[in-house]
Amino acid sequence: MAAEQVSTRERGITEPGGGAAGLTRGDLVTDQEVRWCPGCGDYAILAAVQSVLPELGIPRERFVFMSGIGCSSRFPYYMNTYGVHGIHGRAPAIATGIATTRPDLNVWVITGDGDGLSIGGNHLIHALRRNVNLTILLFNNQIYGLTKGQYSPTSERGKVTKSTPFGSLEQPFNPVSLALAAEATFVARTIDVDRKHLPEVLRRAAAHRGASFVEIYQNCNIFNDGAFLALTSKEGRSANRIYLEHGKPIRFGPGGSKGVRATGLAKLEIVDVDEVGEEALLVHDEHRDDPGLAFALSRLSDGPTSPTPLGVFRDVQRPVYGEAMEEQLRDAAARQGPGDLEALLNSGDTWVVD
Amino acid sequence: MTTTAPTQRRTALDRVVIRFAGDSGDGMQLAGDRFTSASALFGNDLATMPDFPAEIRAPAGTIAGVSAFQIHLADFDILTPGDEPNVLVAMNPAALRGHLGDVARGGLLIVNTDAFDERSLDKVGYASNPLEDGSLDGYQVVGVPMTTLTLEAVKETGIGRKDAERSKNMFALGLLSWMYGRPVEPSLRWIERKFATRPAIMQANLLAFKAGHAFGETAELAAFEVPPATLAPGRYRRITGNQALAYGLIAASTQAKLPLFLGSYPITPASDILHELSRHKNFGVRTVQAEDEIAAVGMALGAAFAGHIGVTTTSGPGLDLKSETIGLAGTLELPLVVIDIQRAGPSTGMPTKTEQADLLHAMFGRHGELPVPIVAPYSPSSCFWAALEAVRIAVRFMTPVILLSDAYLANSAEPWRIPSLDKLPDIGVRFASRPNAGDAFLPYLRDEITLARPWAVPGTPGLEHRIGGLEKADGTGNISYDPDNHQHMTLMRHARVRAIAEDIEPLEWRGDDDADVLVLGWGSSYGPIGAAMRRLRQRGYRIAHAHLKHLNPFPRNTGEVLRRFPRVVVPEMNMGQLARLVRAEFLIDTVSITKVAGRPFRASELEERIVEVMDGR
Ligand code: SF4
Repeated sequence: MAAEQVSTRERGITEPGGGAAGLTRGDLVTDQEVRWCPGCGDYAILAAVQSVLPELGIPRERFVFMSGIGCSSRFPYYMNTYGVHGIHGRAPAIATGIATTRPDLNVWVITGDGDGLSIGGNHLIHALRRNVNLTILLFNNQIYGLTKGQYSPTSERGKVTKSTPFGSLEQPFNPVSLALAAEATFVARTIDVDRKHLPEVLRRAAAHRGASFVEIYQNCNIFNDGAFLALTSKEGRSANRIYLEHGKPIRFGPGGSKGVRATGLAKLEIVDVDEVGEEALLVHDEHRDDPGLAFALSRLSDGPTSPTPLGVFRDVQRPVYGEAMEEQLRDAAARQGPGDLEALLNSGDTWVVD
Repeated sequence: MTTTAPTQRRTALDRVVIRFAGDSGDGMQLAGDRFTSASALFGNDLATMPDFPAEIRAPAGTIAGVSAFQIHLADFDILTPGDEPNVLVAMNPAALRGHLGDVARGGLLIVNTDAFDERSLDKVGYASNPLEDGSLDGYQVVGVPMTTLTLEAVKETGIGRKDAERSKNMFALGLLSWMYGRPVEPSLRWIERKFATRPAIMQANLLAFKAGHAFGETAELAAFEVPPATLAPGRYRRITGNQALAYGLIAASTQAKLPLFLGSYPITPASDILHELSRHKNFGVRTVQAEDEIAAVGMALGAAFAGHIGVTTTSGPGLDLKSETIGLAGTLELPLVVIDIQRAGPSTGMPTKTEQADLLHAMFGRHGELPVPIVAPYSPSSCFWAALEAVRIAVRFMTPVILLSDAYLANSAEPWRIPSLDKLPDIGVRFASRPNAGDAFLPYLRDEITLARPWAVPGTPGLEHRIGGLEKADGTGNISYDPDNHQHMTLMRHARVRAIAEDIEPLEWRGDDDADVLVLGWGSSYGPIGAAMRRLRQRGYRIAHAHLKHLNPFPRNTGEVLRRFPRVVVPEMNMGQLARLVRAEFLIDTVSITKVAGRPFRASELEERIVEVMDGR
């Protein structure tokens, strides 16, 4: 066996994470000219990812960025790591193949509302259900950018676009609700313009073992400018961003004057803290086994036009797909002995002709 | 009990074709399968073909619900499961009605008379009982009240009537075992193993088998003997095409020293490969039952990028869905093996029936210009070779490869001389380990001979690179819309597949040097063509046969072989797809013989149709 001919198994998992020290933001930048429109929200997300990766203590060669098709999916070309720009909607499936065979890798999926929720919806929900070790960033700009402005599965009802001149007739997906319903173990939401919150959430998502799903509100200033104005304008910022913090009563608004209270069956309402008192507020618990409350939180707003929760909705532990599979392989080898091809070919009824 | 009747009382046969047919609940596959094993142990050459009902639970007693299993056994090497059964075991009127038409004239009908009551006859449209109305006069009919005799035999076990009745397939097996002098002990041991956890059922099955065997002897039924065949020395086992594919993939993984990954979505008739591979985790085999066909191939491609042997298995409808990902694999230039067990018809078609109609799909079924190498097994056991060959080509040339098997190969069984491991092909894989252009790593810098790019797997320091479906500049792999580069890359992708022709065996042919006709085949028609050839040469026709195992690229001497003969006849289970390719590639006028009935060619029908061509009819 030549020196280079080392199986991935030997090559991977056992190596210590050496070489991570000293990874800088600059090491992650490629020589490719970034081709997003000036002012696009994607730039901020790229910068945030490049700033977070060096903190993770993982050597550069262990990162893989996988994407589908769309503006966001150009992302891997701008990351000086291993990367694959795939085909429309299929990134979670291809990434499942990578992460399942190589638990030693740190695999990111970059997708958008069209890529991840329309053409690739099936793969997304199944990757979440399986709890594949992926960090999935869904750039939600509520529009098709690359194909120049058609409505997307997260566009609001009545949306007038090139393909819906009389307004869209369709109910949009709520990506966080969808991910929770798909049995995701980590679900979060953040927004491109929040320079502090965005990297924080990315750090949490990267640290989670299993599938992490992050919806990132991302402004497409060309085809859907201002979609998130209710959360980004000066007044909106303080009035409508509800930052979720584990173990804390959910408060928001100027001076924390508003809060979220549970009423009745899986129903939440927004209240004035002065009126009800802080004790009446819902205390956020990311680790609740039952996703019911997290789901209710995701339904607090119809879309990013009114008070909207940002942060980690859910963070629970469940066996990680690739690791569980590796364990099955180890068990099988322990039980049946390591694979013996000679024995396999000669199994069952055999007979000899002299 | 005696194991076989004395040989002198047995009529010697050189071959016999037996078909077991009954309701899908009658256990005919099991009985046929066991009869096959016993025949293999006895030393016959054999070939089998199951015929499953299309629906899982077709109404009992109807023709649609009949499940059949055919075995051809002989004292010489045979090539097909046989055209016409000489013996039909019919467990009910539906089985008789549905299969009588196939039985050779004068053939032997072994019939479970208990099942021929008025209601059952009515159900399949028999106005009168064929056992009594003389309509079977041209056959030898052996009526046996199998249900009654079975119930009687198993009475002592005290099991319920339903279970008792279900053992009648073992009665039939015992009866046939006596008639054809099959060894008894191995079958009894097999029953014991099979029902080890259910002692009462085991006992019933043993008793039913023995009762069937004893009945044959005491009723003095005709006894036959098919002596063992002279096969090449070695250790043998039975193998079906799908099983051979699974073993071949494991062998390829061992040879390549890389773990195997299978992404697959359940589909008839490919699912057995998924089932088989998922049992062998101790070989480091990872299997994922994906959410759909597209995910299945996507996962396999991801595994390939990550440095594993990535494989996906499917049938026609699944191949449609995988096309886009195969295109991606082709431009990413990653090894990927796509196994298509072809089945009959467009759309859902006839899932349990066979056809070879995906050849042009495999060849051209992608947008843009993207050639994909195609490998085709030609017999159940050759599926082992084909799996190794597909993996070998994929990793050596960094390309997706499509392997075209079909429903007939998938489910048919034959004896297989187990190869010794040192005869397996060398599948050496070298991952890239260091920069290849000074300090830089160029993911599309090519090997001069194979034109393959380096396989650089994530986790290797210094080789970080990005690849994608957008057209890329040769060398760097960076996105490129440069017109000359696209022209160059398109030609390169073609040249890379053409280069494979230098790396595969030349096309062999056999038969008469001065043959008037060359029969050119591919895939599972190998058996029927070979059998038809034998008959034609016996009749004095000068004829030759060549069989393509690689369909893209063709072996480098293909044109030469074809031009050696005045005429080329191409039999296929499609509308003439290979014939079309051969005409286009070599400007040779081929005569196409086609069949799309969901069933393989019969040797006799092929014989006649080739004669028509040769006699200029
Ligand atoms: S079209 Fe919109 S999403 Fe796409 S790059 Fe331009 S601004 Fe960004």
